[in-house]
Amino acid sequence: MLTFIVRRLLQTLPIIFAVAALIFVLFSVIPGTFASSMSEDGRSVLDPEIMARMNKEFGYDDPVYVRFGKYIRQLASFDLGTSFRTRQPVISVIADRLWPTAQLAFASMVFAIVIGVPLGFIAALRSDSWVDMVSMVTAVSGLSLPKFWLGLMLMYLFALVLGWLPSFGYGDGSFRYLILPAVALGVAPMALLARTTRAAVLDIMNADFVRTARAKGMSERRVVQWHLTRNALVIVLTTIGLQFGTVIGQAVVVEKLFSWPGLGSLLVDSVTLRDIPVVQGSILVIVLLFLLINTLVDVLCAVIDPRIKYS
Amino acid sequence: MSGNPLLEVENLRIDLTVGDTRFPAVQDISFTIERGETFGLVGESGCGKSITSLALIGLLRHPLSIGGGKIRFDGREIQNLSPGEMRKLRGNRISMIFQEPMTALNPLSPIGRQIAEMFVLHKGASWREAERMSVEALASVRVPAPERRIKDYPHQLSGGMRQRVMIAIALACEPDLLLADEPTTALDVTVQAEILELIRDLSAARGTAVLMISHDLGLIANMCRRVGVMYAGRLVEERYADEIFQNPSHPYTSGLVASLPLLGARLKHGRQRLKEIAGVVPPVAAFPAGCRFNPRCYAATDICRGQDPGVTPLANGGLVRCHHHE
Repeated sequence: MLTFIVRRLLQTLPIIFAVAALIFVLFSVIPGTFASSMSEDGRSVLDPEIMARMNKEFGYDDPVYVRFGKYIRQLASFDLGTSFRTRQPVISVIADRLWPTAQLAFASMVFAIVIGVPLGFIAALRSDSWVDMVSMVTAVSGLSLPKFWLGLMLMYLFALVLGWLPSFGYGDGSFRYLILPAVALGVAPMALLARTTRAAVLDIMNADFVRTARAKGMSERRVVQWHLTRNALVIVLTTIGLQFGTVIGQAVVVEKLFSWPGLGSLLVDSVTLRDIPVVQGSILVIVLLFLLINTLVDVLCAVIDPRIKYS
Repeated sequence: MSGNPLLEVENLRIDLTVGDTRFPAVQDISFTIERGETFGLVGESGCGKSITSLALIGLLRHPLSIGGGKIRFDGREIQNLSPGEMRKLRGNRISMIFQEPMTALNPLSPIGRQIAEMFVLHKGASWREAERMSVEALASVRVPAPERRIKDYPHQLSGGMRQRVMIAIALACEPDLLLADEPTTALDVTVQAEILELIRDLSAARGTAVLMISHDLGLIANMCRRVGVMYAGRLVEERYADEIFQNPSHPYTSGLVASLPLLGARLKHGRQRLKEIAGVVPPVAAFPAGCRFNPRCYAATDICRGQDPGVTPLANGGLVRCHHHE
């Protein structure tokens, strides 16, 4: 088991390197620098001399390969560089934003799992009934709603009309502030989980070994408890892992909308200002989180499914 | 032991429901299995053998359902039993082995646990007792080192081993009737013989009656005392196994017997084309009028195309469903 975990972790190293290289190349070829972004809005004009000095200070005078070498050397010593804007180490800038994003992603996934998985299960066990119809219509609608629109509607209904919840912001970090953004972010993965769970359960219900279980004289409840759930869990877990990554990525929109002080809004702000070290650092951390969660899911799947360990 | 036969199937009909229409996928099936007897059902794929066996154990699922007739098990009608009552029989007094041992076992559960479930379900054993019993059950199907093997998962076993596990599960509660639905079709020829021998030995030792379903006439002749031949949802002939081989009555049965390749035939007679029955089994919704075999039958005449042949009794308790039986 331990070798399996170590092997999976080692497999992520090349991915991290590839992602780092890709981000670096991407932000080397897009036009604009931190200095030019300061005069972009047209209201202020930056002295060309100051611009040149800033570019020199941030290392933009060096050729790309020199900068890349420097960047990789930094990364190897777990140094993400210094923010152009705040002059703080990127690591500490990100660290401040990590917790709100983790809270949001976690809360939205809990919402998605707690509602989506049972919904899919019930829909499959009562397939072709009205329960199935209603839950699948809900699921499809949930998948097709744009997040920013859903967020606005939630704000309108629960904050403005009903006045039950705060409309935006992090506030004191209490649960009340978390609900609306978490729901806005969690509806899509909830819908997807419901559909995947339904498909998985239906598929397994027709499996030969479930017929064997019935032939043994088991009640349908026992069949579900003893044979169906574990098998469905492998598929559901994999979906949860992938959705976790998507949620962290899509948090960018929701965080911006709800003024949530997480990694997503940091990323958007930093891209606009061409605060490249922060952008690179944020994306790298998001990728890292994604890889970590999926490794965890892989390990969990291997615990449940004995076939994975040996293959 | 009571005097009545173990299983009596009377005019069984199984319907296939498509939309609002019900097609009889299996019709007028009647046969009897005595205690401890091995009865064979043969026929091509799609003739209704498997769904007949599923009907006997109460496992037909939508769109299939029992449309009529009686199934009497140990003197008691079971076709209308409540699900709870049926569950007490299933696995306990009637059990089943399926065709595909690769997928018939739960891939995420150790085989010992899958055998043990039988003792927990039907014998009220605790999991600890059941595990001990499952070691014995595994030993009885001649799996070496059973106390170690019970911890194995299905993917660690070969096809033959898995079928042994299936047999251990099916015979765990010493049932009165074992339904074996093509138990060796998915296996190598050498393993086939071992599995058949195992089924024969164990059922004989326990007095278990066996309904052996196969498309392999040779296998059936070897294993069974009496044989029913099915075609397009009907029993077309029922005889003692040796009679059916030497003197088939129904043209379909003759075709089946003739199509068996004979080992060494090429040495004697030179290279020859293998015999076949031209055509395929018609789909349920398109059964022909009259005798269902008439479009493929060499002996078919006008009466076969117009009139459904009834059942004609033959000597020695045999039955045939043909206008021109030999």
